[in-house]
Amino acid sequence: MEKSRKLIISVASGKGGTGKTTIAVNLALSLSNVQLIDCDVEEPDCHIFIKPVIESRHTIFIPVPVVNQNKCDGCGRCQEVCLYNAIAVVNKEVIIFPELCHGCGSCTYFCPHKAIEEEKKEIGIVEIGKSGETQFVHGKLNVGMMMSPPVIRAVKKHINKKKTAIIDAPPGTSCPVITAIKDTDFVILVTEPTPFGLNDLILAAEVVRKMRLPFGVIINRSDLGNKKTDEYCARENIPVLMRIPFSKKIAEIYSRGDLIIKVLPEYNKEFQELYKKIEQVKVNPT
Amino acid sequence: MKVAITSSGPTLQSNVDPRFGRCPYYIIYDTEDGSFKAVENKSNLAAGGAGIQAGQNISDMKVEAVITGNVGPNAFRVLSAAFIKIYSGASGSVKDAIEKLKKGEYRETAGPDVGSHFGMGR
Amino acid sequence: MKQIVIISGKGGTGKTVITGAFAALARDKVMADCDVDAADLYLILDPEVKESHIFKSGVTAFMHRELCEGCGVCKTVCRFDAVRDDFTIDPISCEGCGFCSFACPQNAIDMRTNISGELFISDTRFGPLVYAKLGIAEENSGKLVSLVRQKAKEIAEDKNYQWVIIDGSPGIGCPVIASITGVDCAVIVIEPTLSGLHDAKRVLGVTEHFKVPVKIIINKYDLNHDMTKKIERWFKDRNIKILGKVIFDEAVVKSIVEGKTIIEYSNNQVTETLRIIWRLLEEELEGAN
Repeated sequence: MEKSRKLIISVASGKGGTGKTTIAVNLALSLSNVQLIDCDVEEPDCHIFIKPVIESRHTIFIPVPVVNQNKCDGCGRCQEVCLYNAIAVVNKEVIIFPELCHGCGSCTYFCPHKAIEEEKKEIGIVEIGKSGETQFVHGKLNVGMMMSPPVIRAVKKHINKKKTAIIDAPPGTSCPVITAIKDTDFVILVTEPTPFGLNDLILAAEVVRKMRLPFGVIINRSDLGNKKTDEYCARENIPVLMRIPFSKKIAEIYSRGDLIIKVLPEYNKEFQELYKKIEQVKVNPT
Repeated sequence: MKVAITSSGPTLQSNVDPRFGRCPYYIIYDTEDGSFKAVENKSNLAAGGAGIQAGQNISDMKVEAVITGNVGPNAFRVLSAAFIKIYSGASGSVKDAIEKLKKGEYRETAGPDVGSHFGMGR
Repeated sequence: MKQIVIISGKGGTGKTVITGAFAALARDKVMADCDVDAADLYLILDPEVKESHIFKSGVTAFMHRELCEGCGVCKTVCRFDAVRDDFTIDPISCEGCGFCSFACPQNAIDMRTNISGELFISDTRFGPLVYAKLGIAEENSGKLVSLVRQKAKEIAEDKNYQWVIIDGSPGIGCPVIASITGVDCAVIVIEPTLSGLHDAKRVLGVTEHFKVPVKIIINKYDLNHDMTKKIERWFKDRNIKILGKVIFDEAVVKSIVEGKTIIEYSNNQVTETLRIIWRLLEEELEGAN
């Protein structure tokens, strides 16, 4: 691993509500020379905690095809190559349905008369800013839009390789999560030691393994539940990087959108230790 | 002329299915000779754009009219572009729907009956 | 027959626990778990699977190595970074557009139907449960959710049941839309946190768009009384009814660990509140007849 490139750490979880954002935000703010990247574009929350000053805003578009009627002869080739049903050709008329378009470019490429061009359709925004010394990027998918990955990709384009990047991924194990954690150096899976948490951790671990990414687990509210999660991690050789017991104080800090490391400064060291552990695991994978 | 009726089953006794894009079958009925065939709705496999694919399939089958419960905006657009008459609000058995059509009891639908995603979740 | 969905915008608010409680309290009902990405309801309902169906949706590219001549056209055209340097396809990144398959001069790439997940129709001590598990890395288009909804409704109509109780999907996208269309009421579960309120507002945008009536439950309300008051005021100003406030209790976690609904596990302030909430819902929805 080149020493000059900084680590990109993503924070994910199979289940929502396990403490992903809490970990991502507090970890980022305990470090220096760092970027916090919120990729949960359906429900971005990081900004609530770090209250960044937004310095720039970019609208995110996906390319959607538009037909030049003068060049089109209604041959229907575009409809044949669109596997998303975003194109219908009836009575030699081409009808395009932009909300189904994944922006793959197939129709544009295969039209024998070059009658299709790509136009931009707005699907969300990316905002970039700062909170103290911490750089911040997040994306917001417009309500009613169906596809997160293009916005997530746009957010990740702003990763600065000279800074440590902490990515807050969406919850779950489907497409948006994959897009967020892809090509990161290490994945932290946050879980809770309950049957719900374990069920979803197993799914998340499967995803991360399939993607061949190094990963470790943080057990949040570690004293509320049972030992099965610990047993699972031990069996599977998954490093448990940190355990945070349930605390009404921490829950209250989170509920008002505040930072744990600010209100309970002893956690600053804990998160810095977490980072060191990740560096170690990354260099000496189990 | 050929008429497509959205159906919950492959026979004339089956009930008209309310969804144009995600019904399990279409009964294609020929008014000239009274023959019919049941066609499985392939667009049911579609993740999205079921109404569009259904509209395309119906148009490719040279159907001239559709009898159904509801037509969403995407399907409506495709069917209209293909000049296919839409009779929505139908219910009861497919057989009854055909009788009603023959007696001229249906009026053509002027616009989509339901918002998009109507078939989703139902 | 009435359909209720329990949603939250954000995850981890207690949606599934509350759905489980309603399952224990309602009579004559079918349960549906629409959180297909991370289905959890079955863990407290202990289902006996009667039927399972493989769910196929979309396609994934597959490269036949022996036909590949290494021209690299596939890699050039793929916009989703799904073609590796050795020209094999990364199935996790592949979005199934088919561009590579159509473009390959050697016809070396097939589009294969995905087995995206599995749907289960089961029996539980509280009645039928329909749930599904989406395969990992699959696109959650809402289609599998729609199938769960459909099957649940069919069973309810078949057996003349009163209720379909749906554990909804988190987020604001297609799976949520498929969870809420056509329901008689969406119950939004909110924790008294800033992010909880923020996310609930976003999901309210979706329910309003689809004209679905909404009611609120504030869960673990004693973790922040100020925030709870703020939430109550916000929804009251918009004439949206708050069904009740549930207190935080470690007994809830213990009930999950034991694989039970909270109603079966204990008799305390939480269960008391949930009983009252359910009665209110029943009255509101049955009274609407």
